[in-house]
Amino acid sequence: MKEALVTLHGVTKRFTPQGAPAIAALTASISAGQVTGLVGTDGAGKTTLMRLMAGLLAPSDGRIEVLGLDSLKDNAALHRRVGYMPQRFGLYEELTVQENLDLHADLRNVTGAERKASFQRLLEFTGLAPFTRRYAGRLSGGMKQKLGLACALLSSPRLMLLDEPSVGVDPISRRELWRMVYELTARGVGVVWSTSYLDEAEKCAEVIVLNAGQALYQGDPRVMSRDMAGRVFLLSDIAGDRRSVLADVLQRADIEDGVIQGAQLRLVTKAGAVAMDAGSLNAGASATLAATEPRFEDAFVARLGGIPKSRPVFETRMAEKQAPGDALESDSDSDSDSETYSREVAVVADGLTKRFGDFTAADHISFSIKRGEIFGLLGPNGAGKSTIFKMLCGLLRATSGKATVDGVDLFRSPSKARSHLGYMAQKFSLYGDLSVLQNLEFFSGVYGLRGERRQAAVRRAIEAFNFAPHLDVNAGDLPLGYKQRLSLACAIMHQPAVLFLDEPTSGVDPITRREFWGYINAMVRGGVTVMVTTHFMDEAEYCDRLALIYGGKTITTGTPDELKASVQRPDEGVPTLEEAFIRLIETHDLDQEAA
Amino acid sequence: MTAPVDDTNTLAVRWRRLRALMKKEWLQILRDPSALIVALVLPLFLLFVFGYGVSLDASSVRLGLAIESPTSETSWFQASLENTPFFRIKTARNRAALDDEMMTGHLDGIVVLAGDFSQKLARGETAPVQIITDGSDPNTAGLVSGYVQGAWQSWLAQRALSSGAVMALPIRIEAQVWFNPELKSRRFLVPGSIALIQMLIGTLLTALVVAREWERGTIESLLATPTGVAEFLISKLVPNFMLGMAAMAVSVTAAVFLFDIPLRGSLLALVALTAAFQACALSVGLLASTVSHSQFVATQIAMFASFLPGFFLSGFIFDLSGTPLAIRLLSYIIPARHYVQGLQTIFLAGDVPGLLLRCMAALMGLACVLLVVVVRNTRTRLD
Repeated sequence: MKEALVTLHGVTKRFTPQGAPAIAALTASISAGQVTGLVGTDGAGKTTLMRLMAGLLAPSDGRIEVLGLDSLKDNAALHRRVGYMPQRFGLYEELTVQENLDLHADLRNVTGAERKASFQRLLEFTGLAPFTRRYAGRLSGGMKQKLGLACALLSSPRLMLLDEPSVGVDPISRRELWRMVYELTARGVGVVWSTSYLDEAEKCAEVIVLNAGQALYQGDPRVMSRDMAGRVFLLSDIAGDRRSVLADVLQRADIEDGVIQGAQLRLVTKAGAVAMDAGSLNAGASATLAATEPRFEDAFVARLGGIPKSRPVFETRMAEKQAPGDALESDSDSDSDSETYSREVAVVADGLTKRFGDFTAADHISFSIKRGEIFGLLGPNGAGKSTIFKMLCGLLRATSGKATVDGVDLFRSPSKARSHLGYMAQKFSLYGDLSVLQNLEFFSGVYGLRGERRQAAVRRAIEAFNFAPHLDVNAGDLPLGYKQRLSLACAIMHQPAVLFLDEPTSGVDPITRREFWGYINAMVRGGVTVMVTTHFMDEAEYCDRLALIYGGKTITTGTPDELKASVQRPDEGVPTLEEAFIRLIETHDLDQEAA
Repeated sequence: MTAPVDDTNTLAVRWRRLRALMKKEWLQILRDPSALIVALVLPLFLLFVFGYGVSLDASSVRLGLAIESPTSETSWFQASLENTPFFRIKTARNRAALDDEMMTGHLDGIVVLAGDFSQKLARGETAPVQIITDGSDPNTAGLVSGYVQGAWQSWLAQRALSSGAVMALPIRIEAQVWFNPELKSRRFLVPGSIALIQMLIGTLLTALVVAREWERGTIESLLATPTGVAEFLISKLVPNFMLGMAAMAVSVTAAVFLFDIPLRGSLLALVALTAAFQACALSVGLLASTVSHSQFVATQIAMFASFLPGFFLSGFIFDLSGTPLAIRLLSYIIPARHYVQGLQTIFLAGDVPGLLLRCMAALMGLACVLLVVVVRNTRTRLD
């Protein structure tokens, strides 16, 4: 048994006396010399728990002991011994890297020879040595994170609390961070790492899985995954549309969970279910079903009770829906003479270039998206994804190049093009003080629907997304999953032929994410074209094709399986998409250096 | 790796922390132009608005003169009105012709010289002059009737002198205005507006810097260090106090050299009074940012808490002596009231020890109360 650095005794935290507690009667312990993962979805209570352990919040009930100190009574002594990196790193952006370090050294009374040695060690450790004179505000996300870590490590704490260190950080910086954290644990430091990325849980020695303030599981994540052995399968060589196959499979009583993984389907059966037969899944004669290694996410979803069986009404509605763009057919006739217009291709980017001053954010980007395809834009932070995305939504004008959406030239007739596309922003961008119904009515008006058509559109949305019980609830008070649904409903009010999604499910729990993609898949089956940007490799797996953007250029395009195969080494199995992402970028960097 | 933690919290250790925090604050001030703009540009801008844009003087009263039967006497009086710098005269044969312009606000007042003006004057009877003013604007109305009466008196005196007769006036009123002999409103408006500006700047500065720590999440990493409330607050107060004093220097320089406001009191009194007031203003800003952690809302609160009472309850524009007792009592807890009074005294009258000491005491008392409230409301935790 390793030494316990933190022990929580029946800790409860309430922010309002009558509301549900953020942390409910939690008893747990954190050990030295290993990474303890605090895993849970947004609103599960991760940050609250972190702050409680850092002595920044007082528990409403129960007691927290950190390094033998009471988190309340010995607050000052605790602050001297514990390193804490808040979610937004807590850096002063107007100060340089060195000035931030100086400040934290002074605040923690790190002086003399020790100070010098610490600076040297941490700058080397984080690779920030060449950037000491750069302002913290001008560092990339990954570098900010390293600086935040360095500041928290200045007084050589025995306990490091890292609150969602990997949010908004690309896979490469994420891997770097893990390397640093492992170095710390090797030296005996206890690290707590909170995350909503379930794949990160597998990297922890122990996890505390939080849901609604309670621990669903505490212990070795591998044990939790191992319990799922024999229940996880990959369905390969599917004939026909894998999205339809998935939608049908999910209705089966013996299926707990199912997601798209490239060209395959990943299926999880209910505990104790009889072995499935590939032939019973309507996936064609050549389809094969093979057991596969369970992942933490499989176990997590199973623990939350699997995905709900109710088939969205949406799907039936989508099937009845007219061909894409029909709603606007009357006023889009004139487009048919457009040279690039084609029934086959929905979105075309042709040499799209955007320069900000002498910085080229997007450099001759070209691709085309077929009708009914899901196309993903991947890339590290600052690669130019959002710039490309904004140009294709008509929110940003290209310096040169051409783009058409549903056959309409985006730069020649932007407002007409925009009426053919739906856009769902990354952040919740509806009116929180308006009710669900008012939001729907407002957005239907914004899209120029009037009278009978407007009423019909609102009715359709209510029916398709099952809003009827929530019509009078203010959008701001909705649970996250409903907010997402409402955002989507508002974005497709005018039945656009093309839908743009900007990081649609970041910070959303896996169940809600599956539900959301259930809607998207249904729309795609109805002929809608989707373009999505994402940091989530799971989400990338849903895409038919991906473009990897790096340094403003497309470095590769292909299906998820093609990308994985392109970097597979002879002596190993199929790499994950994340691994493929990292290797492709590293290879690109090496090529650039060689050139 | 795990060196023993030094738990000492000696004065030297605290001083090191405080110095580091203040240095950080200064670097932020110098690199983020918003604080410098608030401290050095805003006062000049506001002073221009108050100094040039607002005037309570009637420099050119538009006066209608109805002369019902013109004689040499009436034209003599008319000439004497026209010769003062205060009036712009429009004449007519009867009042009705001027009524419309009075209604539309093109005239500030009407003087009616009745048909029997010359006859009555010749008989030595009471003045047959009627003054009509616009009561919807009492300030101007008072000014107009005052000016016209003055003009009438001096004309009578002139006339008596030239006719060789001695006019027997039972009482002679001799008005003597102290401190601001020309009764220029700018002379008291500028010191008053400096008080308002200082209040605004002081509250804005601290409201912005503390709310910014919350908004950017830096407060979280700061609270996770051994920094105490005192160090945190002092590190916010001292640099911004100095910025506020710099703003005062800008304002006073502009007042003296640009607006020709006399500075009759001593610099020492000015600095001491300002320092006490600055402590109040900075504390209000700190309070605003403990109530709200967003820069936008904290700014709004700071504006409301400083500007509105400063405007209405400081005696800056609206004289407090005529207000109900409750309002007058309320005004005593408004720091700007004491500062306005003190500043106007220092600028226009000079060092009046009794009055200035009273103002200082009030300001220091208010500052202490506010600081205690701030310390009590500053949290070392996030909840």
